[in-house]
Amino acid sequence: MMKTNASLGLQSTDDRLIFEKSKAGKLGASLPARKFSDLNLAKEIPSKFQRAQDAKMPEVSEPEIVRHYVNLSKKNFSIDTHFYPLGSCTMKYNPKINEKVARWDGFAAVHPYQPEHEIQGFLQIFYELSRYLCEIAGMDEFTLQPSAGAQGEMCGLMLARAYHQSLGNHKKTKVIVPDSSHGTNPATAALAGFAVIQTPSNSRGRTDLKALKELVNDETACLMLTNPNTLGLFEDEILEIGEMVHKNGALLYYDGANLNPLLGIARPGDMGFDIVHINLHKTFSTPHGGGGPGAGPVGVKKKLIPFLPSPFLNKGKEGFFWDYDRPQSIGKLKSFYGNVGMLLRAYVYIRTLGLEGLKQVSKDAILNANYLRKKLEGVLQIPFPEFCMHEFVATVRNYKSKHIHASDVGKRLLDYGIHAPTVHFPLVVEDALMIEPTETESKEVLDKLVEALKAIVKEIEQDPQIVLTAPHTMPVKRPDEVQAARKPILSWRDFEIERSSSAKAS
Amino acid sequence: MHYFPLTNDERQEMLDTIGVENFGQILQAIPSKLKNPTLDIPPHLSEIEINRLLGDLAAKNLHCKNRSSFLGAGAYDHFSPSIVNEIISRNEFYTAYTPYQAEASQGTLQAIFEYQSLICELTGMDVSNGSHYDGATALAEAALLSLTKTQRSKILIARSIHPDYRRVVQTYVERPGHEIVEIPFLADGNLDNEFLKKHLTSDVASVIIASPNFLGLVEDLEGLAAEVHQNGSLFILVSNPLSHGFYKTPAELGADISCGEGQPLGIPMSYGGPWLGFFATKRELVRQIPGRLVGLTKDSQGKRAFCLTLQAREQHIRREKAASNICTNQALCALAACVYMAAMGKAGIRQVAELNIENAMYLRREIAKLKGFKVLTTGPIFNEFTVICPKPVSEINHKLLDQKIIGGYGLHKKYPELQNGMVICATETKTKEELDQFVQALKACAL
Repeated sequence: MMKTNASLGLQSTDDRLIFEKSKAGKLGASLPARKFSDLNLAKEIPSKFQRAQDAKMPEVSEPEIVRHYVNLSKKNFSIDTHFYPLGSCTMKYNPKINEKVARWDGFAAVHPYQPEHEIQGFLQIFYELSRYLCEIAGMDEFTLQPSAGAQGEMCGLMLARAYHQSLGNHKKTKVIVPDSSHGTNPATAALAGFAVIQTPSNSRGRTDLKALKELVNDETACLMLTNPNTLGLFEDEILEIGEMVHKNGALLYYDGANLNPLLGIARPGDMGFDIVHINLHKTFSTPHGGGGPGAGPVGVKKKLIPFLPSPFLNKGKEGFFWDYDRPQSIGKLKSFYGNVGMLLRAYVYIRTLGLEGLKQVSKDAILNANYLRKKLEGVLQIPFPEFCMHEFVATVRNYKSKHIHASDVGKRLLDYGIHAPTVHFPLVVEDALMIEPTETESKEVLDKLVEALKAIVKEIEQDPQIVLTAPHTMPVKRPDEVQAARKPILSWRDFEIERSSSAKAS
Repeated sequence: MHYFPLTNDERQEMLDTIGVENFGQILQAIPSKLKNPTLDIPPHLSEIEINRLLGDLAAKNLHCKNRSSFLGAGAYDHFSPSIVNEIISRNEFYTAYTPYQAEASQGTLQAIFEYQSLICELTGMDVSNGSHYDGATALAEAALLSLTKTQRSKILIARSIHPDYRRVVQTYVERPGHEIVEIPFLADGNLDNEFLKKHLTSDVASVIIASPNFLGLVEDLEGLAAEVHQNGSLFILVSNPLSHGFYKTPAELGADISCGEGQPLGIPMSYGGPWLGFFATKRELVRQIPGRLVGLTKDSQGKRAFCLTLQAREQHIRREKAASNICTNQALCALAACVYMAAMGKAGIRQVAELNIENAMYLRREIAKLKGFKVLTTGPIFNEFTVICPKPVSEINHKLLDQKIIGGYGLHKKYPELQNGMVICATETKTKEELDQFVQALKACAL
């Protein structure tokens, strides 16, 4: 029996899977008929090569498929519909011209093995993009190959390893990361075969120089930092840190997750960083896509150029070409040359904004963050009440007695039509709310966040239950994550097995 | 400039609120010698100028819509139904963040769950993750998993696997103590089973084979999984997911890990990315799988809900103890693949596979009739096969281009033993006329 409900209006309560909309005989795509009737595949290809049964794909018509996925999309927050004050994620507007250009046949229909003379347009874009990134980051060369920030980090640490090995320096087995670092930093260092050592922050929220000095020695391969750090504070002793690291023959690695406030303001290369990865999906406006694809180009100083991934883009008399003759290269990180579609979008973004526009990005990002920080001073605790860069950290640790945590406040914000900030991170601040407004939000939107947080604080004081059980206006309430992990249902097939076994049990 | 919502008046008002006279005061933590570097970046362009600039650059690239292309070798020109691009262009999908806030991301989460489910059906495997960067990195992560899982040190990898995949595996795996051994192929392109058996020693963590392999051949893998398992090693199979519309699934072949490139599932070639690597395993490896997994559960009201799960494997929780450093999947590409597979459906996925097979078989048969051309891969194929040409491939391709044809992949660089070898690809997009024209053009080139 179909249930009917007269109070739905624009709301959809349909949570069925595409498999549950399947009916035998429906078609979702129009394909040509077979044309070589003399080729009997079942006969010509021995049956031991053939799959025994057809794949159990759903059978749904095109209009139903479209409605299914369009309605699914309506269950998402997105930048084009909502504000994401999501620290370290730089959820800025994704320009539409970038999307349009990336879909042109002259880009989207190009095969990666076409010879260089057929694709000079593409190679020119990569070449210029590398130059612009070098200018912005203050580095000597860039590779565009890494698929994402995490792969950029891996590339960077492999470069560090190859560099030290080329000098016969086999003692350099340790990577130092701050306690405020992104989780990827230690995970990548471990994956690249290094031992991970954590260095503490000081009372000013910066790297503790004294403690660091104790840790840096001739076994140190690399110090990974982001600047501004994850508290949104500029590491004001960065030049001293660089000197200390370099004196010990180690390298300084820049996690580019927080590059957005530095465009034309200051450059990692000038600060002493030897290796930099940049998240194009943060600073350079390529869309997050619900969790990828991204792109994580890596920039280096001169001494590290020979180790960059292969192939390496070069310019010769007859135009641009891929140079595979890289005997010291760390190798290849990807099937081909990178997440090209993302590189293209970043290129269009840089050309659209130009130098002045890029500077304005950072200025407005910093202005928006400081404005919010100031406006929130009387609303939430701000553990480091000083000028921030593009983001800052607030905390709700003072509401512990009410059992309220940062994640609860984040979930309640969803009810106010604002995405949660990054919660419970960085780890150095308990119950942290990490807030990054970006430059593409208006003052009205920032004021709306302040008002929403004021209202939530009032709720915590008067009726904390409403916050503890939030959100109340989303398509679902809090999912049972414990159950999901204890008995994982990871596919339609799992679900059917589970359903039939529980039917048997009852 | 049009991406900035703040007015100058508002900027001033905000500076007043912050309590500074000018913007520079906010930057006091930055040492002055670092401030205001000179950058050589061109000035901004209007949208009209951008259209012209990028239009000119795009026009410098040849592509498979203004040329007839027979190039495959890891990237394929397949038909993608209009609804695929339409759905991934929904703002709510492509401008959404990673679904950490499950309640505000049910759309993305359910789509990834459906992607996982569809990959499981296509490959027959028990569990699929939410996708990897691409085929090569998926394989590299599979190789790493096998080393960790078995606590062994050696990888046996077929030489007939995509050469760039092997290069990536090498980048990820090569460390002191690890060893990669290449399994050669025979004169007809088939795996050298004798070599494999001889080298299947107790230190082998995994055996990695591609089918269809890089030369286009669907391998005869009957009985292989049993031998590999008897040795305590994992069997990793790389394949073209579309081929499983017709050919045996990795599960039927006994693979522990099935992985490869998801680009054939409705994703444009875009000169190599963004694509997605699919990665599916047997149930017992679920807690070692790298990357995102979406699970189905219930919310606090008992309603169906989706969330990221088994996150205890992941970097943001485990830091240096994580199963992988990977943070994201290729969510939007996974959505494209999901819509593609849903659109193909049960009948379409077989139909599209058969269309590929018949085009490639017809083309192979016709080329075999040409004087001077010798087909190397005479066994079962999906949409590619290898021929030995009478002249160097670059020479032939140059002549083909004059006839607006992009020829196949020249094997001589990566496989010096196959001089004049060309991998030729014909997907379902090719008409009989195009195939016949190509044969005629090849014939002319040989003269």
